[in-house]
Amino acid sequence: MSTESPSSGHTGVARGELFFALGSLALAIVVLWQTMEIPVSPLYAKVGPTVVPMITSVGLLLLSGALLYSACRGGWQPEDERTTKPDGVALLWVLAGLVLNILTIGPLGFTIASILLFTCVARAFGSRNMMRDAAIGAVFALVAYLGFAKALNINIGAGLVENTIESVFFAKTGR
Amino acid sequence: MEGFHSLLNGFAIALTPINLMWCLVGTTLGTAIGVLPGLGPALTIALLLPITFKVEPTAAFILFAGIYYGAMYGGSTTSILLNTPGESASIVTSMEGNKMARNGRAGAALATAAIGSFVAGTLGTLGLAFLAPIVVDWALKFGPADYFSLMLLAFVTVSAVLGSSAIRGLAALFFGIWLGLIGIDLQTGQARFTFGLQELLDGINVIVVAVGLFAVGETFYMASRAHTGEDEITPLKGSLMMTKTEWKRSIGPWLRGTLFGFPIGAMPAGGAEIPTFLSYYTERKLSKYPEEFGTVGAIEGVAGPEAANNASAAGVLVPMLTLGLPTSATSAIMLSAFQSYGINPGPLLLTSQANLVWGLIASLFIGNVMLLVLNLPLIGLWVKMLKIPAPQLYAGILVFATIGTYGITQSPIDLVMLYLIGGVGYFMRRYDFPTAPVIIGMILGPLAEQNFRQAMTISAGDWTVFFTRPLSLTILILAALALMGPKLYSLATRKTA
Repeated sequence: MSTESPSSGHTGVARGELFFALGSLALAIVVLWQTMEIPVSPLYAKVGPTVVPMITSVGLLLLSGALLYSACRGGWQPEDERTTKPDGVALLWVLAGLVLNILTIGPLGFTIASILLFTCVARAFGSRNMMRDAAIGAVFALVAYLGFAKALNINIGAGLVENTIESVFFAKTGR
Repeated sequence: MEGFHSLLNGFAIALTPINLMWCLVGTTLGTAIGVLPGLGPALTIALLLPITFKVEPTAAFILFAGIYYGAMYGGSTTSILLNTPGESASIVTSMEGNKMARNGRAGAALATAAIGSFVAGTLGTLGLAFLAPIVVDWALKFGPADYFSLMLLAFVTVSAVLGSSAIRGLAALFFGIWLGLIGIDLQTGQARFTFGLQELLDGINVIVVAVGLFAVGETFYMASRAHTGEDEITPLKGSLMMTKTEWKRSIGPWLRGTLFGFPIGAMPAGGAEIPTFLSYYTERKLSKYPEEFGTVGAIEGVAGPEAANNASAAGVLVPMLTLGLPTSATSAIMLSAFQSYGINPGPLLLTSQANLVWGLIASLFIGNVMLLVLNLPLIGLWVKMLKIPAPQLYAGILVFATIGTYGITQSPIDLVMLYLIGGVGYFMRRYDFPTAPVIIGMILGPLAEQNFRQAMTISAGDWTVFFTRPLSLTILILAALALMGPKLYSLATRKTA
């Protein structure tokens, strides 16, 4: 029940779409396997905990099959989308920012982790002035942190910088 | 007039200083995120969900609804001046609106969009106030089987009918349903799909999924093609006052746009794209100046779709508030806010939470007035916001995304999950998969399962219950038609051609 028009001028196997379809198929298989692993108590034999998961995994399997079929027959993307190469370097910068953020937010606190994330993402979008971005990121993160901590009383991850500020400016209010 | 009385009572609630303040914050924030490319109402409300732990429900929903309406207004500014539609509902506005701006008539385009949004938003909210009690009376007769069928219909329309491809829409939907199934099954206490991880027992937080798809995934996607083209802001030229002819040419499209937008938005199908396109093609047919369409920009082509867009936003609230049935990503996230308060949206909401619902509806009227002021006299402010450079904008969005997720639980696992879903979001965007069905499937999936089980328990395990109840059968036939209809239609026309 494909709604794709076969006339995109492309008839070979579309590689990107093929990988996507295979990924989706892999997910469908994992979902099906995990559904089989759910133990069913005979008490709930009527509509037990596996009925809807089973429908879901079969649905995913069928749809992955349809995607796979479409990918082998030229894929579904329009020509201009296919020919634009994604900027790999930019993607790596964003990825680096995210990984650094995860690694630092626990031990070093929200502000430092945010500065790293901010600078890397700005770099990914072509900003060259990393020092300036780090400064903007610092102001941004501190305002957000204090806004949440003081106005809404939600702690979003204190660390070195946050605790120093607390003890210098908000010493009266205690910790 | 019981409805009228309830509405007056709602105004008494909405007009308290504190609720007026929430309404102003919501509409201002909504306009801002509507103007900024890369931020939408669904993402913003998801990021603000943690305030449901601190703020009372009425205030929170006034804030959320303000954001929802505000984003509709702000989105038109971006599509007129930047030709980058902030969301799918304003694609049509950018077609004519940007042409008008390029020909020095940006002022008139912005004015007709804002006033049209006001007219349609106000009429749509009136429609909501009158229609909601009627739908509730009718919905009280619904049994679990009928609800389940109604949810199936919503699944089909949001994923298979509204997008560009039924297969990709349904794949996104099933992915969302699976995400919603993760965690402990409330009825049997059985853990499902937790892969032995303790953190997954409570299920995946909808904030993590919404922010991952809409913020992280979107940032990856925009970064991957940041260098392919530069957007330029068309300078704001032309008076914001419309001339007499412009008024005359706008009024018809505003009203017709409302008539398209509200009913289509109120149907369990939902969606703002279809009414905007319908309105656009109608206006192009009816216009006395068809030569202006696609060339210098026709004001009718901005007035109609903008009105349709806002009226459908009001319409979407009808099934959300009366049936608990979300038909857009934004209303799905609002539904999860109800759940986080322990409130069950459904036909009983109007009586059990009368103050909340009528206060919310009244504040929508007030919000519309605020938005008209925010978007006409103060338009210069928002044009300045458009000048925020992309690197700092997206960097800021990601920092906020981290706050929204790490801030709630302080668990690095949530951050890892956020970024993983962000990666999925990137590939979905790259390969043209819609992301809204993921959110709708995730929220509505477990509710559908619950109604399915109740229906099966009542019928003592008889599967035919969905086909023997007339209401349920009718809805199922509609769903089948919605799924198969376009395909059959194209087959039929191909044969005759």
